[in-house]
Amino acid sequence: MANGNNKVDLKRRKFLLAATSVTGAIGASALALPFASSMLPSEKAKAAGAAVEFDVGSVGPGEIKTTEWRGQPVWILNRSKDMLKSLDVKNNNLSDPNLKVVSQQPTYCQNATRSIKSNVLVVVGICTHLGCSPSPKLEKKGDMGNEWEGGFFCPCHGSKFDLAGRVYKGSPAPTNLVVPPHKYLDDNIIIIGEDQEEKA
Amino acid sequence: MANSKNNESTGLIGWIDERFPLSSFIKNHLTEYYAPKNFNFWYFFGALALFVFVMQILTGIFLTMHYKPDAAEAFASVEYIMRDVSFGWLIRYMHSTGASLFFVVIYLHMFRGLMYGSYKKPRELLWLFGVLIFLLLMAEAFFGYLLPWGQMSYWGAQVIVNLFTTIPFIGPDLAEWVRGDYLVSDATLNRFFAFHVIALPLALAGLIFGHLIALHEVGSNNPDGVEIKAFKDKKTGIPLDGIPFHPYYTVKDLIGLSVFLIVFASIIFFAPEMGGYFLEHNNFVPANPLVTPDHIAPVWYFTPYYSILRAVPPILNSQFPGVAAMGLSVLIFFFVPWLDKSPVRSIRYKGLLYKKWLTAFVLSFFVLGYLGTVPSNIWGQFSSAVPLLGNGDIATFVARIFTIIYFLFFILMPFYSKKDKTKTVPNRVTMP
Repeated sequence: MANGNNKVDLKRRKFLLAATSVTGAIGASALALPFASSMLPSEKAKAAGAAVEFDVGSVGPGEIKTTEWRGQPVWILNRSKDMLKSLDVKNNNLSDPNLKVVSQQPTYCQNATRSIKSNVLVVVGICTHLGCSPSPKLEKKGDMGNEWEGGFFCPCHGSKFDLAGRVYKGSPAPTNLVVPPHKYLDDNIIIIGEDQEEKA
Repeated sequence: MANSKNNESTGLIGWIDERFPLSSFIKNHLTEYYAPKNFNFWYFFGALALFVFVMQILTGIFLTMHYKPDAAEAFASVEYIMRDVSFGWLIRYMHSTGASLFFVVIYLHMFRGLMYGSYKKPRELLWLFGVLIFLLLMAEAFFGYLLPWGQMSYWGAQVIVNLFTTIPFIGPDLAEWVRGDYLVSDATLNRFFAFHVIALPLALAGLIFGHLIALHEVGSNNPDGVEIKAFKDKKTGIPLDGIPFHPYYTVKDLIGLSVFLIVFASIIFFAPEMGGYFLEHNNFVPANPLVTPDHIAPVWYFTPYYSILRAVPPILNSQFPGVAAMGLSVLIFFFVPWLDKSPVRSIRYKGLLYKKWLTAFVLSFFVLGYLGTVPSNIWGQFSSAVPLLGNGDIATFVARIFTIIYFLFFILMPFYSKKDKTKTVPNRVTMP
C-alpha cells in the first residue's frame, strides 16, 4: 500500500471506480453496435429490394396491373382520356392537390398527373395511413356512391384516393400515395426503383 | 449457518439446510408468510396469472418442437401441428387460449389493484414491476401473433410496425431496423420468434420474480387496505390479522384454479376460436403481402388501445399523435401511485367520486374494446346537417368521447381523489 498504515485512499478508490465504470460502459456500448446492426436489412434483403422491370405496353387503356417491388405491390395504371379528365375537376376535395408533400413523388412526377407519361400512373399500392393495400375502384359511381370519380379505396380505415393516388380530404391517410422512383428504358419498358435523369 | 429458528439440523433436510436455505425459504415465503385473512374473490388472479405463465412456457416448449420459424413453412407447420402431431391441436389450443386468458386474469388483477389501492405507499415498486410485466406481456403476445403467419398475423404486424414510421425523424429507419427488411418478411418472422420464445419469456420470468420479492417485502394489501403489520401478537410477532399463506391460501387458490380450469377446458374443447375473438378467421388464410384483408382488427385484448389509436385524428398530416396517445394509454398506469392523493387505499373507504370515476374508466375500457373489434363505419355516419360532425363516423365520435374519459380518469385523479369524501378506515381488517 502506498500509505502503509491501513488507511484507505478514498480519492484513489473513487477515481478507479469511475474510470473502470466508464471504460466498461464504453466497451459494452461498442459491443452492442454489432448486435444492433445485425438486425438491419441483410445484404440478401437489400439485393431482393433491387429495381424491377415492367412492360407498360401490356396494360391496355383503362386497365391496371400489379407488379412487386421490395415486396410491395406497385400499380401500373394506364389512364384513359376520361380518367385523365376526372383529375382536373375536384381539386378542392383533395388534401394535397398541389403535391406540397414532396416526399411522395420524385421531382419528375411533380406534375398534374403525377407521372412521366401523362397516361401511365406508377404508384405504390400501400396506403399512407398504416400500410394496408387499397383496392382499385376505377369505375365511376358503383358501390362507392354517386359522386365517386374512380380511384382507390382502402378497406382498413376508409381512406380514398383519386386516379393520381392523391388522397381525398377526410381520409385517415395523411398524404398522397407514393410514386416510386422509375424510368423508361424505351417507349414501353420501365424500371421501377431507379431514378430518371433530370431533364436539363 | 444453521439458524436454530428456521433450519433443521438432522436428516436429509438438515443436510441440505446446512448448504442451502431450503427450510428458511419455505418458511419465509409459504408457511410463515402471513397474508391478511380477509382476501376475497379478487385475490385469485395473481396466483392464476403465475399458473398461466408457467402453462404458456410449457406448452410453448412443446410447440417449438414442431413449429418452423420460416416464412415459407410457418403456416404449414402450424397446420401440421393441428392435424398430424399427436395431440398437437390440444397443445396449440392450450397456448392460444392461454394467451387470451392471460390477459383476462391480468386485467382482473390490475382492476383489483385499482379498487383496493394496492399501488399506494409502500407498494409503488410492486405496482411498477406489475405494469412492466403487463407491458412486456403485450409485446410477447404481439410477437407471438405473427408466428402462425396468417393474413391477420401478417397485416397486424405490418400495421403495428408501421406505427414506428410515424415517429418524427427516426421513424422509417427504426421500422426498417425492427423488420430487418423493407417489409414484414422472413427476417421479421425469424426475429419475432427469437423475441417470443426466449428474450421476452426470460425478461418476464425475471420481472415476475422481482414482483414477488417486492410483494413479500411489503406484504399483501387487502380489501380493507389496512396494514396488518400494525397489530402484531406481542409474543410471537405474528400479525393478528395474518394467516400463513400455506396451507390457507394455497388451498383457497386451488379452488380458484379448479374453477379457472373448468372455464379454460370448456373454451379449449368447445370454442377454441371463441367466435373469431381468440383466433381470428382471417388467420386461417396464409399471409399474402399483396392482398390486405378487408377488415384488420387486433386480438380482443389490444382493442381498447387500438380504438384510441384510431380515435385521435391526424394532426399536421402526421399520425404520430394517435400513436403517442395509444402508447400513453398504457404507460400512464406507471404514474397511478403518484396520481392518487387519497388518504385511504381501499374503495370501501373512498367516496362516491372515486367510485364514479373508476366505473367510468371500466366502462370506457369496454366500449373502446368493443369499438376496436369493428370497422369504424359500423354505426354509419352523422347526417351532413349536423354541425361540426357532419358526415363523420358515429363510432369514431363515440370512441373519441370514451378516449377522453379514459385519460381523464388518470389526469383528474390528483384532484378528485383529494376532494373525495373518505370514510374512516378501521384499525383491523373486517370480515363479512
